[in-house]
Amino acid sequence: MDRVPIIKIGKYLLATIQTDVQDNVAVALQEDLAARIIAARARLVLLDISALQIVDSFIGRMIADISGIAKLLDAEVIVVGMQPAVAITLVELGLTLSGVRTALNVESALAMAGIRDQN
Amino acid sequence: MAASERVTVALRTQEDVVSLRHRVREQAVVLRFSLLDQTKIVTAASELARNAVIYGGGGEAIIETSLNNGRDGLTLTVIDHGPGIPNVEDAMRAGFSTGGGLGLGLSGTRRLVDEFELRSEVGQGTSVRIVRWK
Repeated sequence: MDRVPIIKIGKYLLATIQTDVQDNVAVALQEDLAARIIAARARLVLLDISALQIVDSFIGRMIADISGIAKLLDAEVIVVGMQPAVAITLVELGLTLSGVRTALNVESALAMAGIRDQN
Repeated sequence: MAASERVTVALRTQEDVVSLRHRVREQAVVLRFSLLDQTKIVTAASELARNAVIYGGGGEAIIETSLNNGRDGLTLTVIDHGPGIPNVEDAMRAGFSTGGGLGLGLSGTRRLVDEFELRSEVGQGTSVRIVRWK
């Protein structure tokens, strides 16, 4: 099974979903990120989904869950780079991902988190 | 010009769900669907395929494309031979889930397509046919 790579950059973690993922890869990402948040004492996680061509209800729930898990671990997830067609489709599907922070790209995510100049 | 193509994809594993997404995308590109329409039909296919694998114990999907003057479309039929759905009305309601999901699968899928037809018989299985016109 493939795993989504997670890299540590300064005080934050960057997880980039690089291809169409099957369900167990998304589930593994939840566990991997939770472990890495603790190990790295990270307060911010950028979840880059710009390469994802679709987000269905399962992957959408994973994204919402990852965000919720991180909150409980005193970290924040910013979902980066959602494609416009994905956003429109998600809302029509009935999934608005309320409570999940998003940014259009990594740069604005870092600016949002106020740590752009610290790295 | 009139042409049609038919592709069958087996649905047994999570990998098959990903394969189906790719095949549906290919056909939607052949039909010159807009990126948004490609995204909608691939998302709908993913929902139905996952249902067939998780709840239906596996099955198959048939992708049919028709290229006719003025009416190009993609039809996807997902069939499983699982336990069937005892109460289709409940299953179509947003928020209904038996599998720990969000319960958006079927009701959400219906919103992504132009035609939606669900047939289910308890003990026999479920078949869902969706169509997205260009």
